[in-house]
Amino acid sequence: MPEIKSAAKIEHLKRLIEFVAGHAEMAGFTVNRINKIKLVAEEVLVNIFQYAYPGTDGDVVLDCRSEDDVGLILEISDNGIPFNILEFPDPDVTTDFSEREIGGLGVLFVKEMVDEARYRRKGNSNILTLIFRKE
Amino acid sequence: MNIINTGKEKDCLIVSVEGRMDAVSTPEFEQTLGGWIDEGNIRFIVDLAGLDYISSAGLRGILTSVKRLKAEGGQIVLTTLHGTVKEVFEISGFSTIIPIFESVEDALQEM
Repeated sequence: MPEIKSAAKIEHLKRLIEFVAGHAEMAGFTVNRINKIKLVAEEVLVNIFQYAYPGTDGDVVLDCRSEDDVGLILEISDNGIPFNILEFPDPDVTTDFSEREIGGLGVLFVKEMVDEARYRRKGNSNILTLIFRKE
Repeated sequence: MNIINTGKEKDCLIVSVEGRMDAVSTPEFEQTLGGWIDEGNIRFIVDLAGLDYISSAGLRGILTSVKRLKAEGGQIVLTTLHGTVKEVFEISGFSTIIPIFESVEDALQEM
């Protein structure tokens, strides 16, 4: 499984997203789907950069593979505090903007744009598996 | 990301944003727009025809600017959203809280 490991820091975002986009391209996804895959990856990664390692540094690992009968499988893992992004409550997208809290929007995009998502805590790791099916 | 001042019409600064608004590039959007607000511009038409990608960080940047302008009696409208960018605005509900037009010309008629 092709893998990339990086310090969980915003300056590595571009490289990590390009890794994912490269695999999505090889798997034959359309430009529009690749944009959504990039978006999901960014939202999950930025969340890890900001919250997984409070007061300390850590890594993030991306595993990417494509399977003909499934699509693209992206696994994102970190050794940070236990956190299941899929259980994060959806934001209220109907409130007036003056009261609008932006937190949670990224999670909403993740839920809307992946076909299947699974979270597990294994030892000290958060492991998020995201599946993007071929149309 | 490129953010370009393409001119002023009907007291509106017309701004074109191209490329990607993500967690890395969005602070530049806020700073550039903030600079123009500091110079006294409070009405903006932001043309997103050249924007290929926006994440929640990009939306946050736009919302920050919308709120600041609201406090100063100003306004931002957006034009020419397409593809994934348009979908992101719909899913987030931002399409209902920020005026969006098909084109800069349409926006100018309403301003």
